[in-house]
Amino acid sequence: MNPQTAEPETAQFARLAEFIDGLGLGHEPDERQAALIEVLHEAQEIFGYLPEDVQEFVAEKLRLPLGRVFGVISFYHYFTAEPRGKHQINCCLGTACFVRGAEKIIEQFEDTLGIKMGEVTPDKNFSLGTLRCVGACSLAPVVIVDGKTYGRVTPEQAAEIIAEYN
Amino acid sequence: MKINIDGTDYDAQPGQTVLDVARANGIYIPTLCYHARTGRAGRCRACVVEAEGIRGLKAACVLEVQHAMVIRTDTPAVMNTRRTVVELLLAGGKHNCLACESNGDCELQDMAYKLGIEKPKFLMETTDLQPDLSAEGIVRDLDKCILCGRCVASCNNNVMHEVLDFGWRGDDVRIVCDNNKPMGDSSCVQCGECVQVCPVGALTFKTSKGKARNWEVEKKRVICPYCGVGCVMEIAVRDNEYLWATAVEENCDNLPNKGMLCVKGRFGLDYLNRPDRLTTPMIRKNGKLEEATWDEALEFAAARLQQVKQEHGPGAVGCFSSAKTTNEENFAMMRFARAVIGTNNVDHCARLCHSSTVAGLATTLGSGAMTNSMQEAQKSDVILVTGSNTTWCHPVFGGMIKHAVKQHGVRLIVVDPRKTDLAKIAHLHLRQRNGSDVAWLMGVQRIIINEGWHNQAYIDERCEGWGEYRASLEFFTPEKVEELSGISKDDLHSIAKLYATGGVGALYFSMGITQHTHGTDNVKACANLAMITGNLGVEGGGVNPLRGQSNVQGACDMGALPNVFSGYQKVTDETIRNKFAEHWGIDADQMHTEIGHTVTTMIEACGDDIKALYVMGENPMMSDANLNHVEKQLKKLDLLIVQDIFLTETAQMADVVLPAAAFAEKTGTYTNTERRVQVGRAALTPPKGTRQDYEIIADIAARLGHETFPRTPAALFDEIKRLTPSYHGMTYERLEPNGLRWPCPTEDHPGTPILHVDKFVRGKGLLTPLQYKPSAEEPDSEYPMCLSTGRMLEHFHSGSMTRRCTVLDGIAPRGEVEVNPADAERIDVRTGDKVRVETRRGTIDTHATVTDTVSQGLLYIPFHFVEAAANRLTNDALDPVSKIPEYKICAARISKAE
Repeated sequence: MNPQTAEPETAQFARLAEFIDGLGLGHEPDERQAALIEVLHEAQEIFGYLPEDVQEFVAEKLRLPLGRVFGVISFYHYFTAEPRGKHQINCCLGTACFVRGAEKIIEQFEDTLGIKMGEVTPDKNFSLGTLRCVGACSLAPVVIVDGKTYGRVTPEQAAEIIAEYN
Repeated sequence: MKINIDGTDYDAQPGQTVLDVARANGIYIPTLCYHARTGRAGRCRACVVEAEGIRGLKAACVLEVQHAMVIRTDTPAVMNTRRTVVELLLAGGKHNCLACESNGDCELQDMAYKLGIEKPKFLMETTDLQPDLSAEGIVRDLDKCILCGRCVASCNNNVMHEVLDFGWRGDDVRIVCDNNKPMGDSSCVQCGECVQVCPVGALTFKTSKGKARNWEVEKKRVICPYCGVGCVMEIAVRDNEYLWATAVEENCDNLPNKGMLCVKGRFGLDYLNRPDRLTTPMIRKNGKLEEATWDEALEFAAARLQQVKQEHGPGAVGCFSSAKTTNEENFAMMRFARAVIGTNNVDHCARLCHSSTVAGLATTLGSGAMTNSMQEAQKSDVILVTGSNTTWCHPVFGGMIKHAVKQHGVRLIVVDPRKTDLAKIAHLHLRQRNGSDVAWLMGVQRIIINEGWHNQAYIDERCEGWGEYRASLEFFTPEKVEELSGISKDDLHSIAKLYATGGVGALYFSMGITQHTHGTDNVKACANLAMITGNLGVEGGGVNPLRGQSNVQGACDMGALPNVFSGYQKVTDETIRNKFAEHWGIDADQMHTEIGHTVTTMIEACGDDIKALYVMGENPMMSDANLNHVEKQLKKLDLLIVQDIFLTETAQMADVVLPAAAFAEKTGTYTNTERRVQVGRAALTPPKGTRQDYEIIADIAARLGHETFPRTPAALFDEIKRLTPSYHGMTYERLEPNGLRWPCPTEDHPGTPILHVDKFVRGKGLLTPLQYKPSAEEPDSEYPMCLSTGRMLEHFHSGSMTRRCTVLDGIAPRGEVEVNPADAERIDVRTGDKVRVETRRGTIDTHATVTDTVSQGLLYIPFHFVEAAANRLTNDALDPVSKIPEYKICAARISKAE
């Protein structure tokens, strides 16, 4: 998720524009609205997060009100308007993970990285977030880093996992 | 069908909700999220009822009626639920009625009162968000927001500004402006619609804070004094002071504005309360305006008019009537000029905005007004807007077009050199080179005919002039038109195809078409386009000039024009002259038999043919083209009488100044852009020392020997009705509450929303052959930029009213020039930088707004600002037919100013 690339911003916007144009949307507002979530996924994939100018670009390209775009971004936990680190560490807080000690794992990640939940490390290498049940309850507690799943994680493993990406 | 509510049977229609039936029969069901203008929501649960045979409580606002349904609105279960809803809402926000602006006008307070809730039963953590004070006119206090969603619905579905929405989720849900910006930094235009529908005190008017609570004011119905939409509004008045404005909601589907207002209507009336209102007449003595009594001032005006008339003849006097005054007052000024002075030198500012429309459409169709009505926008299949920045200049109607496009699938073509708000949602937006309108319009028509998309049967049956017209199209080949207009051949083809084959097409235009030295030709080209596609005389079609002032249609109808009496009856027709002379009890021989001077030619003739001007509610020293020249001309007059509510730039040059009452202080009728005549009743007592415009005219007339000159609106309307065929069937009683659209020839006639049905007013529609003519002054090497001028959303005309309004002048305190980014880079200018704009006629210093709203090479300056008056720059070259100046194009240069 959200690889931070060295791609210049203009090229990023060009990629997003190409993606939206490629959807072949008609003029009907409902059709354009229906494409919003898909477009935001792609935008977050390209930019790593959804800053104001990206929100505005999406609103203008899809001819949707900016408020609606923001409404969707702020509604879904997945979307973020804040920059993220190069690697995204997400700790599951679903019921199974929670009862098997997810909070302790979060604390350990926070301590080791020196940041709080939702923040980014000063070197922009890691950001820390939570998830609600990824459907791997048999592996609880679960941590997912950039799409790779770690199961039955213990607090002691936090440092090891971080080391893999440093 | 019938339904039973609380033991009584009521009639109901399929599709109605239980709430609709209850409200129609005066049964109390409270609602918080439902509002008649925002529709069903089913969110707040305040309106729950019990329905026999249906499990659980149902929200009445979404429960559709079924035959023989049995409803109870007052069972213990219903009351308990309502109580819980209110208790939770009260506990979840900071609802302190003591200092709340909405105290007495709050639906949550009403519910709490009716349910006897003194304090909430629950203890909840409330939000602690500071009120958002960033906007000029509106305060957002989210701690009082009950998340009913009315503001979101009305912003997105009624006024179509699409600013407000819900942000976040669950407990954190809040209403956001754009992407969570403070309202003042967002794209909000401050129309105040959200305040009007907010059930609580979360959205309130900043301007009336602490001034009066709802029960302390009287609500008076008035017609908005700004553009030609003719919005019906209520103003709140206490101690004869205007406090705030709301749109009339009752029966609003039948009103021109459907319950909406724009920022000017909402926040543009506090000029009424200004201490600098003129309240004492003034006479120029030793070069200075000095206060005088009414008797002195009227005597002075009358004696000097008499003197000019005696020395130079009646033709040396000119009268400027006003599109901002009532029909009655325009009729009075028309009668004054023709019967008291004996001249046809009477005109008003329609000369500067739509005289080319009147000339162009009267010749081709037989009537110079909008052929269809605004309500029809959503019934069109295609709308073509050209030369109209509708969302700025006719904002409420602009919203209706957006509504038609976004919610009714109407397709929109915008042809405009500027990227207007409508252009942003258009299916096609093409930017023609300024001044190339005849070329692209005729080019499109050539394509339509060559492709066989025209309506030959309609043309054969209802139009004439086909042969010559058809021949004149040959010049306008796609290649030629592309070269002249800058619109590519393919795009011309797209416009032609969409407009001609997309179903019923409506054409809306405004000053971008009219204000050219070939303005009349532009209008005729529009009429041609509508005729060959059979789009006249049909619902949702038409050629529709949007009129820019509250009574500019009426001022024309009343004959405040040099060539016609009221109802467009020609002054050159002896029978007509005799009819008016007889009614007025004057000798027809004393009437002027030739067409008089226009506003623009009167200015030109100052000092020569024209020695005296009587100006009512006009400000040529701001509104006319080439102001440096206008100033020079006005100085040549022997007598300048100005009658106005403020000491305008023109009044400052007057020999005598007569203080008049403003719109809300007078009774009279106004005719809006769709020919709808509406009554405005006096809502305020005029300030001491002012007089009604109709009284002042009558007073001067009396001093000139016309003692019986009518001096009440009723007497004047009676004359209008008798002498004007299209107004014959109107009475004040009939005009309330919804107005009537002329022609309305008899007292049982319902009015005419659509003109030219079955037959054109002139008989056959006239197809006009046209030639391309270049504009009077095109950019050249010395002045390489093209300058266009016009309005902005927050201001109106010469600014004499809107510049005196706190919110409007707060949002837009200074004039700016729009510059394309490429041009800005060339002269090293950023937004906000001082720039100098020069033309062959003048120079102004102003500030740059760098924007791609204008294309490269184009500059745009609004004309409302005296400190950077755009009309010092504009070209006073006139259209030879209508005498309208070319405000929309002249050659200019721009440089960075120190």
